[in-house]
Amino acid sequence: MAPSLLDVPLLNVAELACRRGGRPVFDHLSFALGAGELLALTGPNGSGKTTLLRALALLVRTEAGAIRWRGADVQDDPETWRSRLAWLGHLDGLKGDLTVRENLLAAERLRGRPAADDRLDLALVAFDLNALVHRPVRTLSAGQRRRTALARVMLTQAPLWLLDEPLNALDAAAQQAFRTVLQQHLAHGGLAVAATHAALGVAAARTFELAA
Amino acid sequence: MTGFLALLSRDLRLVWRRPGDVAVVLAFFVVATVLFPLGIGPQANILARIAAGVLWCTALFASMLSLDRLFADDHEDGSLDLLLLAPWPLELAALAKCAAHWIVTGLPLAVLAPLLGVTFGLPTEALIALAATLLVGTPTLSLIGGLAAALTLGARRGGALLALLALPLCVPTLIFGTAAIETLMSGEDLLAHIAVLAALALVALATTPWAMAAALRQAGE
Repeated sequence: MAPSLLDVPLLNVAELACRRGGRPVFDHLSFALGAGELLALTGPNGSGKTTLLRALALLVRTEAGAIRWRGADVQDDPETWRSRLAWLGHLDGLKGDLTVRENLLAAERLRGRPAADDRLDLALVAFDLNALVHRPVRTLSAGQRRRTALARVMLTQAPLWLLDEPLNALDAAAQQAFRTVLQQHLAHGGLAVAATHAALGVAAARTFELAA
Repeated sequence: MTGFLALLSRDLRLVWRRPGDVAVVLAFFVVATVLFPLGIGPQANILARIAAGVLWCTALFASMLSLDRLFADDHEDGSLDLLLLAPWPLELAALAKCAAHWIVTGLPLAVLAPLLGVTFGLPTEALIALAATLLVGTPTLSLIGGLAAALTLGARRGGALLALLALPLCVPTLIFGTAAIETLMSGEDLLAHIAVLAALALVALATTPWAMAAALRQAGE
């Protein structure tokens, strides 16, 4: 039987090494991730989970190694690579003076494309934000902001989600909503790498433990 | 281009939500400028002589006032990461931020300056020239200030450091801006000076976005 597209690892990280402030954070780090797979990064504080996520997004320089997407080094075409990423940092990346809706629309436009209303509605419903759409983000609680940021990730339709502590500040219902959205993303052949302390509770998860 | 316009309109909308930030800058410009005639006294010949220099200097200081928040807000709320990850050049994003700064600072300063020039007893043609030089010169101030803001991002006492970095680089614009009005007052044509101001703005436009983008990437690490 010919190998289907699903069997080829889309994301291939080989021998990645990274230093911060002269101190090695990790080296010889390798993993591969195929369509529909979720990689949960675990490890104690300071073990480099966030640094690895930022390295994958090309936000921090790597010392050695390569990140490949469908076999091509992503450094060769960073703009195309960035268009494939959805980013959720430990900061939500929202503007306090804009409403939930304005934030989501602005984030989509900053990715160089207009947000379709039907997709926006889907994301608002998925994270139960309909009652909050016209509230300025600065009046929201931490959990409500996190939900808005997650809705932004969902809107991007990017194949690879990079999530830093996605469950931060979320209550049980919001965590369940996030799991549902993440599972849909994976079911549609998406990939995700998430740094996390708590178990994500998603069946397809593989765990990658970073040593301190 | 979509991304550039998106960022520009987002930033203008943010300013619109907090009009106080702009009002403070413009109020500073008015108050600081009006202090000079009060301090020096009503000698019309001296006031008219120093008017261009005073107005240009206070405009320079006023445009520095709001610059330290240019990238700092985005840095603190995580939006800078989204700009760094946008699938279009970061240079354009930096340019959009400076364009927004110019629209809410440089442009109103150029409009206000002739009104303040009246308190210095400047003749009408000098008032028009003042507005014209500021209109051509203030984009340079926003671009150079943007570069200093990007370089000092995350530094302690970033505001003071920013002014120390940016002010010396603004000297050529200041010199040609004030010289243009003096030339006009002595009865000569000021087009050459305006052309030099425009040239300085174009040099800033051609160089600072790249430097800003590099500084922002560094700050994002």
